[in-house]
Amino acid sequence: MSRYFTEDHEWVDVDGDTGTVGISDYAQGQLGDIVFVDVPEAGKQLGKGDEAAVVESVKAASDVYAPVSGTVTEGNAALADDPSLVNSDPEAEGWFFKITLSDPAELETLMDEAAYADFVAKL
Amino acid sequence: MSDTLPDTLPDPLDELDGDEPAIQLLPLDAWHRARGGRMVPFAGYEMPVQYEGIMAEHLWTRESAGLFDVSHMGQVGLTGDGIDAAAVAAALEQVLPGDVAGLAPTRIRYSLLLNDEGGILDDLMVTTLPEEGAHPFGAASHYVVVNGATKYDDLAYLLDVLPDDVTLNLMEDQALLAVQGPKAVAAVARLVPGVEALVFMTAGAFAWNGHALWISRSGYTGEDGVEISIPAEAAAAFADAICAEPEVKPIGLGARDSLRLEAGLPLYGHDLDPETTPVMADLGFALSKRRREAADFAGAARILAERTDGPAVKRVGLSVAGRQPVREGASVVDADGAVIGRVTSGGFAPSVGAPIAMAYVPAALAEAGTPLRLVQRGKIHEAVVAPLPFVPHRYVRAGGK
Repeated sequence: MSRYFTEDHEWVDVDGDTGTVGISDYAQGQLGDIVFVDVPEAGKQLGKGDEAAVVESVKAASDVYAPVSGTVTEGNAALADDPSLVNSDPEAEGWFFKITLSDPAELETLMDEAAYADFVAKL
Repeated sequence: MSDTLPDTLPDPLDELDGDEPAIQLLPLDAWHRARGGRMVPFAGYEMPVQYEGIMAEHLWTRESAGLFDVSHMGQVGLTGDGIDAAAVAAALEQVLPGDVAGLAPTRIRYSLLLNDEGGILDDLMVTTLPEEGAHPFGAASHYVVVNGATKYDDLAYLLDVLPDDVTLNLMEDQALLAVQGPKAVAAVARLVPGVEALVFMTAGAFAWNGHALWISRSGYTGEDGVEISIPAEAAAAFADAICAEPEVKPIGLGARDSLRLEAGLPLYGHDLDPETTPVMADLGFALSKRRREAADFAGAARILAERTDGPAVKRVGLSVAGRQPVREGASVVDADGAVIGRVTSGGFAPSVGAPIAMAYVPAALAEAGTPLRLVQRGKIHEAVVAPLPFVPHRYVRAGGK
């Protein structure tokens, strides 16, 4: 399984043609206390860069974009009851949605873990 | 992920566009950074939005005490030039609907700076000072604290409307530190003995380490607490000393906003603006009886008519169903989807544990318990008009305890 990151701070874990999407630890730290997450429902078609989810901190609302194109298979229902999972475990239990990739070649445009770490270090 | 959604969702911490000078630094700028404050532009200053996190800071203030640097606010001394304090009070009363003439020395009143149409140019605190020498503000007879984002515009307006024999002094060499929370006064009293004798909306002169302080028992959180005017050069040492008390932690703008929202206190530039009158804003308590009877303040005819006949729209609190915050800029709609009002502040309320908001709605829909619908980014949210404040005030009043 490989993990990729976008410049908008989404991550996607890819296993075969299934991706799991969330926001990075850096992103949750910037947002602060997260109080609400609106995740997409199964069946939703997303193009790369489409608005896929909304995450709300005490301070502000932010869009989460689809890092890859595809069809949503599941939103993380646990976030409805406990949105703070995005703060406490952003890159595992705090995932947002799973997606079936329609164009795995898009992954080549994303950063790997090391490249993302460099990207964040320069912010 | 975008930082914030554009246009439809103004960052609640953004201030109005103004013509104030380029971004300024607070006297405590280095202190905030050393304490881990995340600095953001606000009201023309770099200010700490949070240290450890808005939620934790908010809850800490409600149960213990927080230090807020509000040095961006305008501290103004008013001095009569050949006229006495009563004449300065009379001059101020042209543009404030409160009883300033009857405000005894060391008493504080919340008031509103009004334009000729009765629109609100700012909300402020005015204190009548004791005799010269009994306070740190020179020969001034009145001390007025105005919002940071509006202070230069306020001064320009006051210079225009006040007679030439009233001198205004914007005291930019004074810092202003608020210590707020149920344990605030006990902590401050260890550094400044005697401060506990003040009651809500009174002030007095004190000293700390040889520095003159002017301390007001007032604030913007709904909690007990004080606001301390202190020479800028002493502010960092005082901030260190008060944060060494176990009850006190530094608190950022983010929690200041959520605390004041829960306390039902309006934020100028968001919940109040020049199109809003005191009656629309449900701030009728700021219209003193003597002034209503005399009808002698800016915009009095319109404001008193609204008071008698009811305003077209009114500021209300809203409890929002579900968990998603509904923020400034969201629409209030009727059953047919027509826009009938506007959310002016909103967010997640840490002490309530749910989203809350303030909005302007038609007066017929302003009764507590009235169900309303809000629309934000195309999504409908159910809400109900809630009495203000959302969290009870815990001020320490005269004769109370």
